[in-house]
Amino acid sequence: MHREAQWEVVIGLETHAQLRTQSKIFSGAPTAFGAAPNGQACAVDIALPGVLPVLNREAVVCAIKFGLAVGAQIAPRSIFARKNYFYPDLPKGYQISQFEIPVVSGGGLRIQIGQGDRSVEKYVNLTRAHLEEDAGKSLHEDFHGKTGIDLNRAGTPLLEIVSEPDMRSSAEAVAYAKALHALVQWIGICDGNMQEGSFRCDANVSVRRPGEPLGTRREIKNLNSFRFMQQAIDYEIQWQINEIEEGRTIQQATVLFDPDTGETRSMRSKEDAQDYRYFPDPDLLPLEIKADWIAEVKAGMPELPEAMKARFEADYGLSAYDAVALTATLDTARYFEQTVAVAGTGSAKPCANWVMGEVAARLNKEGLDITASPVSPRQLGGVVVRIVDNTISNKIARDVFEALWNGEGTDADGVIEAKGLKQITDSGAIEKIIDEVLAANQKSVEEFRAGKEKAFNALVGQAMKATKGKANPQQVNDLLRAKLGA
Amino acid sequence: MPLNLDEVRRIARLARIEISGAEAEKNRDQLNGIFGFIEQLQSVDTDGIAPMAHAVDVVQRLRTDAVTETDRRSAFQAIAPETEAGLYLVPKVIE
Repeated sequence: MHREAQWEVVIGLETHAQLRTQSKIFSGAPTAFGAAPNGQACAVDIALPGVLPVLNREAVVCAIKFGLAVGAQIAPRSIFARKNYFYPDLPKGYQISQFEIPVVSGGGLRIQIGQGDRSVEKYVNLTRAHLEEDAGKSLHEDFHGKTGIDLNRAGTPLLEIVSEPDMRSSAEAVAYAKALHALVQWIGICDGNMQEGSFRCDANVSVRRPGEPLGTRREIKNLNSFRFMQQAIDYEIQWQINEIEEGRTIQQATVLFDPDTGETRSMRSKEDAQDYRYFPDPDLLPLEIKADWIAEVKAGMPELPEAMKARFEADYGLSAYDAVALTATLDTARYFEQTVAVAGTGSAKPCANWVMGEVAARLNKEGLDITASPVSPRQLGGVVVRIVDNTISNKIARDVFEALWNGEGTDADGVIEAKGLKQITDSGAIEKIIDEVLAANQKSVEEFRAGKEKAFNALVGQAMKATKGKANPQQVNDLLRAKLGA
Repeated sequence: MPLNLDEVRRIARLARIEISGAEAEKNRDQLNGIFGFIEQLQSVDTDGIAPMAHAVDVVQRLRTDAVTETDRRSAFQAIAPETEAGLYLVPKVIE
């Protein structure tokens, strides 16, 4: 029996999503990334005496949106608490967070592990999501033995999303993190920029023999890429199994992942485990969220990816694979639907192929976001219309697409007209070309008559070449077969 | 549930307050005196009463999401013990 099979892995994730607000959660200072150090840290953020926090309405709206998106309960009344600890990038000596009554409780996320036909679905339950403020940043280098503190990030609104320990492998943990990452961007509450730290995960990992109680967990902090998450969890699992199999016990600890060595190392052990002494923040009154506010937020939310995926399958007859790919981001889904709106519902499949194929490949090549595509959905829809009504072949359509991409013409019809790309559908004209091709390729004709199907394809190729690709391949096929008496 | 000296020292350490042995004993007695009041409060029957997080029954006023603060870094850093390149400098913290 393989060693890993004797162990069950248990993983829960805590994710900090930075909320997309203009100003901070408790002050009117800006939240833009990359400003000069401390240029965006106001009196409230640096905790000058006498200042008071005032809660940002938009941060609450983001939390409500998230709660609605994951089918959670939104607390009619939630409480802000002080989480007390000393660190120079936390000027107040406490972080304002939520403890006993968070704004969002329960709910869950459907995730897909693996891709295509072999993928497996799983539902990951969420424990809670709460609002809190971020801390500043400590810079440990280059200050002649001192630490530099930048408080621009202090007070940035965060939603901390806590999952149940429902994941059983690093692949499941990554699938969950990716699904969550896509969702927070979909509903517009987080920009998802992991390099800038807008979306960061902590993973709680433990191992146990199947059926036994939960093992002692270690928490891997600050995973800011999916690849590191997978590596860190896999290393940690192996490390824990080794420890136990060699007769040692796991101590609860906080660990950091070092991408250079691929190892996790302990940061804090249980002896100096934090005692945060949470208590309700007397500076902030209970947050009240009434049903009519929730309804108002709900009305302004986009259709959720799950629902949209199901609708794409039902209304457009797309495969689950296509529906998943097209709902990867809200912008992609919108681009696809706008294309279909022009091309017609009956042409949804070719629209899907173009969006996932040519458009995606071209955007990827040039490093562009779909919202910045030089070919608009209206233009692409126009191309698809002309493919479906046989004005142009798929091959010619790629030339039309390329022309539109390069700004040569404003719509498909204009490009087709200007470049003379219209498909030859006049069978008389095609027959004439076929006769010429047959006369010039007697060898292929004989081979075909001798039973070589390959020779037929060569003849089709010659005919298409003679028409500069403007003939309808199916029509050429049919006419050629008729001529050859096949 | 009176506090012992070890607990008092731990609380002091968590609050970053340095206390001498004599102070620890004094603090223990004072804190235990406060605990006596809390015991009195806890003897009240509160079954069926929802706990409150605040003494007054009002809710949080919310702020519109708008930038209202300007950069006042130079004024704030004028009173800081040490700064460099826009950063506040503090004794080295090592994780």
